[in-house]
Amino acid sequence: MVSANGSDVVAANPLPMAVKILVAGGFGVGKTTFVGAISEIEPLSTEELLTEVSAATDRLDGVENKATTTVAMDFGRITLSPRHVLYLFGTPGQERFWFLWDELSAGALGAVVLADTRRLEHSFAALDFFERRGIPFLVAVNQFDGAHRYRAQEIRAALDLGPEVPVVLCDARVPNSGIEVLLSLVQHLINSRRRHGHAG
Amino acid sequence: MPDVGDDPCFDDAAGRLIRPYTVSGGRTRPKSHFDLMTMVLTTGTVARNELEPDHAQVLELCEKPMTVAEIAARLRMPVTVTKVLLSDLMEHGAVVTRTIELPSAGDYLVNLGTLEAVLDGLRKRL
Repeated sequence: MVSANGSDVVAANPLPMAVKILVAGGFGVGKTTFVGAISEIEPLSTEELLTEVSAATDRLDGVENKATTTVAMDFGRITLSPRHVLYLFGTPGQERFWFLWDELSAGALGAVVLADTRRLEHSFAALDFFERRGIPFLVAVNQFDGAHRYRAQEIRAALDLGPEVPVVLCDARVPNSGIEVLLSLVQHLINSRRRHGHAG
Repeated sequence: MPDVGDDPCFDDAAGRLIRPYTVSGGRTRPKSHFDLMTMVLTTGTVARNELEPDHAQVLELCEKPMTVAEIAARLRMPVTVTKVLLSDLMEHGAVVTRTIELPSAGDYLVNLGTLEAVLDGLRKRL
């Protein structure tokens, strides 16, 4: 039971606590499918108007104009208990500026970086982002039909991941598969917290 | 005839000539911090028909606990605008909120108890 282990210190507050996990990865890797398969509601979309696009853009791909950009995020919800609600935010693959939305990543428990073995390089931007910010993540390889099946170890090597980053295989269309990915992530978060001696 | 040497925004007969929110630059500074995951609930102390339509709509959504992200999505409004409406409601005591407590600003680590609760909840979903 959630409340039996003394985890709820704010028991007096009638409102549930909302937490979020990010689902990132390249375009077409299955983020929307992943979120939609697990969510208890039809995924919703929320948007924010961001300015100063050029400020954080040091890439050489011709985007130098300062402008406002609407960043839309699809998200789903999982009610875990009367006291905890989990939100999954998928970062739209075609949106290049989602990482400017600091608020989206602030306070996130962690992130799932979905990868497609046919286009592993599309995951690099998300991996870089989470590594730089110190946001814990795992890599979930979406097993597309017809794609070559690699072992987790091969993917770890190809993505140049540290030994601490879990790599799991999944099918983004299958709810239980998505839940298993989230369980792996949260277990990873708990393990690393305990390893580093943070009691809470 | 107002006494222009005193306060041009105030007419002795008509009273204040500029609405308070205009004076404060459209909106007052939010008294509380809202983020995407802030959970909002109506207090029931302010009737919806006393409010502007946008505010009333927000209040209606919050009759059950709802996050800022979800309110914005359901209203099809940018998050920033939603937060302004919410802070107005907050100042009128129309809503209460709960935001996850982080050890410090910019700290991504929530407490272990919360992580364990999430783990338990997810396991029950299998």
